[in-house]
Amino acid sequence: MSSTRPQFRNIHVSQILSYRLPLAGVVSILHRLSGAFLFLIGIPLVLFVLDQSIASEMTHARLSAMLGHPLAKLVCLGVIWAFLHHAIAGIRYLILDLHIGTAKEQARSSARIVLILSLSMTAVVALRLFGAF
Amino acid sequence: MASRRIVTGAHYGLKDWLAQRITAVMLLVYTLVLLGAVSLGSAATYDQWAGLFAQGWFKIITLLAMLALCWHAWVGVRDIYMDYIKPTAIRLSLQVLTIIGLIAYLCWTVLILWKV
Repeated sequence: MSSTRPQFRNIHVSQILSYRLPLAGVVSILHRLSGAFLFLIGIPLVLFVLDQSIASEMTHARLSAMLGHPLAKLVCLGVIWAFLHHAIAGIRYLILDLHIGTAKEQARSSARIVLILSLSMTAVVALRLFGAF
Repeated sequence: MASRRIVTGAHYGLKDWLAQRITAVMLLVYTLVLLGAVSLGSAATYDQWAGLFAQGWFKIITLLAMLALCWHAWVGVRDIYMDYIKPTAIRLSLQVLTIIGLIAYLCWTVLILWKV
């Protein structure tokens, strides 16, 4: 095999910014990033919050106060975005697995829908968290 | 023919791919159940919220969801290791740490749930 043949491998994390990805590619790499973030931060945070919220009335009140801090709200918002993106993009992948919407144009518009839904839902949560309504 | 299978590879079959999707659906269903319970007002006060998790059936579906989550995370995180971490020693170490971590999360979930 000639060593000069180009090889197309997985995009390395260090190359993310230098690639001009199509929308479906953006959804894909964000799916991976959000998954990693949920694994590293999301699971322990959710378990901590679940523990404190149901352990006793005292821990529940203390947790409420803790989560009232703007920095805590920001971390929660990050986890919520990661969850929303991962879940909505995941639904798209499940549908694609059923061989629905695999044509180029359909796949592109479903990728756009994923980004619009996850970002707008995150925006609504952000407005709610920071007291807009 | 020499086997090209490597020690830190996937299970070379449908199983993991399918498990990732089945656990994904389980997590979506649990999310809807939880959202439904919260929107029906089951989280307004501490008593209601803790009362939700005090019920046996809710403990069980929560533990099932956590089991699905850990399995799902395992397949996904291992995919990431297989793409980016090439040396077998480092990849195997990360995989073992990940499995231990996920099992610890499961044990923690049991402790949390059976306190209420």
